[in-house]
Amino acid sequence: MNNLILINSFRFVSLVLIQVLVFNHINLFGYINPMVYISWVFLFPIRKNIGLLLISSFLLGLSIDFFSDSGGINAASILVIAFIRLPILKIVLRKSDFDYLLFNLRAVSFSKAFIFITILTLVHHFIVFSLEYFSFNSINSIIYNTILTSIFTIIIIILGIILFTKKK
Amino acid sequence: MQQIIYFIRKFRYFLLFILLEIVAFNFIIQHHSYHKSKFVNSANFLTGGVYDGTNSLKEFFHLKSENRRLIEENTMLKNLLNKKNLNQESQLFQINDSIQFRQKYEYTYAKIINNNYTNRDNTLTIDKGTLQGITSDLGVINSKGIIGVTESTSDNYTTVLSILNSNSKINVSFKNSRHFGTLVWNGEDYNVLQLIDIPRQSKIKVGDTIITGGKSAIFPEGINIGVIKDFKIENNQFRNINIQLFNDMSALGYVQIIKNLEKTEQLILEKKGINE
Repeated sequence: MNNLILINSFRFVSLVLIQVLVFNHINLFGYINPMVYISWVFLFPIRKNIGLLLISSFLLGLSIDFFSDSGGINAASILVIAFIRLPILKIVLRKSDFDYLLFNLRAVSFSKAFIFITILTLVHHFIVFSLEYFSFNSINSIIYNTILTSIFTIIIIILGIILFTKKK
Repeated sequence: MQQIIYFIRKFRYFLLFILLEIVAFNFIIQHHSYHKSKFVNSANFLTGGVYDGTNSLKEFFHLKSENRRLIEENTMLKNLLNKKNLNQESQLFQINDSIQFRQKYEYTYAKIINNNYTNRDNTLTIDKGTLQGITSDLGVINSKGIIGVTESTSDNYTTVLSILNSNSKINVSFKNSRHFGTLVWNGEDYNVLQLIDIPRQSKIKVGDTIITGGKSAIFPEGINIGVIKDFKIENNQFRNINIQLFNDMSALGYVQIIKNLEKTEQLILEKKGINE
């Protein structure tokens, strides 16, 4: 249990630093900055009690906002995907009830994990860019940015999960 | 009563979610109104410190281009100095009395430790704050053009509202005529800004130089900004005037901060004019 707290606190700090110091300055093709900090939501242990997940996700988003001067955009959007994570996972796995304690993203089939990550990433990026542009006039820019940035975020998150987590 | 407690227990996570969302949206709304983003900004001790530390490493890789910019600026200033000597020969007996001497602008330098240019609303962070005499609403420039206006300050750090921001409106004019306009950004290319509110009688052509106008109490008149890249004419109105900046907004190092010493005087006078 202590081990779990230690791993997650370490992950929290390293995700914040990696996002603000490396991924916010990538500027691929001039403007694409993958938002890899949302892998916090994918990797957080799954429990029925989601209070801790909501609060920690909010704090993570707010830390990113502090560094990138974006008000509360990242906090608001990561909170949404933290809240819809369990329902989406249930839909994707087509199970109404599963073993919460032993769940591991590496244990489910790749295609299902991919769909799960893709849906949450698209929702998150869409909210981020909508709040950033904040006008219906720029709906083209919002959708364009959402799709392009999502592709790179998903690639990097999947590579990161394969590299840095243990397979069971 | 029991019903209420049952309701709260049943929807406790949803209520927590709504509560946190309200907090987050509160920050977003605060951030959208200029000068009120007091809490969530990168001008605090922790974020400023982290950016300061990583920037000392990055700085090393930009020494060459920074030196080049400095030597260009030095040459320009030396040329200006030579011109001035010629003009003043006729007034050799002028007394440089401190009572007659009047300083309008005060310059200080700072280093950019965080630079954004890919979002819709961009801000920068510099490594000087209230302890070094920086307040909000001061102009930030470098030798190639304007960069932004200071926004929130902490003891040692300050955030700068970049000209690449939807809230930024800079008063500019043409170098060859005196027509005023406003410089805004449409969020697309970070080295191309847009010029609006140009009167239709003004004659503009591609390649005209844009400088800061004298109307603003923040920037001195005559700082070079950029040249006109292209424009369209619809119904005798100018549309989509694109300005190519002299600056490269993605590669900024040291900047100068301008403090207008007569700003309060000017603002009080202008306010008085409105009230009467």
